[in-house]
Amino acid sequence: MSFFDSIGKVLKLGAGQLFIGVGYTLLIALISTVIGLLIGLIIGIIRTIPKSKKAFVRVLMKILDIILNIYIEVFRGTPMMVQAMVIYWGYAFASNGQTLPLIPSAIFIVSINTGAYMAEIVRGGIISIDKGQFEGASSIGMSHFQTMVHVIIPQALRNILPSISNEFIINIKDTSVLNVIGVSELFYQATVLSKMTYEIFATYAIISVLYFIMTFSISRLLRLFEKLLEGKNTYTIMGSGTDPNAEIKVVKETHRG
Amino acid sequence: MAETIFEIKKLVKNFGANEVLKGIDLTVTKGEVVSIIGASGSGKSTFLRCLNLLEQPTDGEILYRGNSILDAKFDVRSYRTKVGMVFQQFNLFNNMSVLKNCMIAQQTVLKRSKEEATENALKYLDKVGMSAYVNAKPKQLSGGQKQRVAIARSLAMDCEVILFDEPTSALDPEMVGEVLLVMKDLAESGLTMLVVTHEMQFAKDVSSRVIFMDGGVVAEDDVPEVIFNSPTNPRTKEFLFRVLNKDI
Repeated sequence: MSFFDSIGKVLKLGAGQLFIGVGYTLLIALISTVIGLLIGLIIGIIRTIPKSKKAFVRVLMKILDIILNIYIEVFRGTPMMVQAMVIYWGYAFASNGQTLPLIPSAIFIVSINTGAYMAEIVRGGIISIDKGQFEGASSIGMSHFQTMVHVIIPQALRNILPSISNEFIINIKDTSVLNVIGVSELFYQATVLSKMTYEIFATYAIISVLYFIMTFSISRLLRLFEKLLEGKNTYTIMGSGTDPNAEIKVVKETHRG
Repeated sequence: MAETIFEIKKLVKNFGANEVLKGIDLTVTKGEVVSIIGASGSGKSTFLRCLNLLEQPTDGEILYRGNSILDAKFDVRSYRTKVGMVFQQFNLFNNMSVLKNCMIAQQTVLKRSKEEATENALKYLDKVGMSAYVNAKPKQLSGGQKQRVAIARSLAMDCEVILFDEPTSALDPEMVGEVLLVMKDLAESGLTMLVVTHEMQFAKDVSSRVIFMDGGVVAEDDVPEVIFNSPTNPRTKEFLFRVLNKDI
């Protein structure tokens, strides 16, 4: 039997299964990247809170900071495959054999894992913003939270968008490790399919192409999004000396930064 | 007698072992335009930043309308809406248009409605001659234009004092004039201003009072006529000789 016959056989039997696998992989990766980013943003905002004058608040913040650091180091420092097993079976152990539903568990695991990386990415993004932006906001009475939400995070997000894309792509690939707890993502579907058809090479060849199509299209899409965020390089001057309703369009090169 | 805005007593600021401010005493009354001059490193900017609490003073007291701004219970944020600051590097919000720059704190801090904030922002943008540029982003403006927007941003909070930290030092020479003109207007309108500056002409013509800082203390404090024509402190004389290239 030729290679193409094998491919045909696998697809004929398992196209639907593979389709479901792609769906779950994308779903888990997308939701988890978004939640992970939110976790990262929240941690970023918390960790940049200026030191309080009150000793009690300072101690509280220090404890919180230590907890956040432990979270980041532990989840960056252990494989996600192991985290999946520990969390999924740890819950089952603690609740006398009752297990969590698989897809929510998968999203939970990938989210907190991503959050640990995102926290550091966001921190880098916040550090990259000029100190003057913080001072400008403080000097007119804006709170730390207001400054972050309206001034710093929008600028930081633009700077870290390439890293966020990176995390998203990594997540698409890394959902494959969730097969260890039986999440029916693409890799799991392929494993089942290869055992049904005995076409191991063909099956994994197919899913490698599917993984690549997913990651490649997403990286292109996000690149497009980055371009959109850069915005217009024109603005309009309202009114002139003789005509208050005049509009003069000015085209001026803006540079990213 | 005019109301007292600031009463500063024995203000000290250390950065580690480095003593920058060594006991500043100063009283500022409403409507005064105080120019703060002095050599680099004399503590002028640090002093101004302490007044806005961008730097936490090490010791001493700052009273604003009789209330200590260093008190733990003092409402720093509402104080900052009253005492605005204009920076050498403008510090406009890069992600917002000119109009939004002048609106955001009105909406978030003063909780004004969008309409009210827009109206107020336009009023002050008009005052600094920037109302035509409401749509532009800071990156699309020249330095002088940015600084005028920064002034409007503080004014839009309906502040009663503006602290200017070398507002023209980062500008190309041909843009210094437009900013000084706006500041002169503000001075004439009765706004209380503290201006750290290297523009001796401005200090001489516009301010009601000039302070010469040297080595972290106020070395001389007088009306401009005295400072520029017959300073009593030899250090003042020496400094003015250096910057003006002429003997007094």
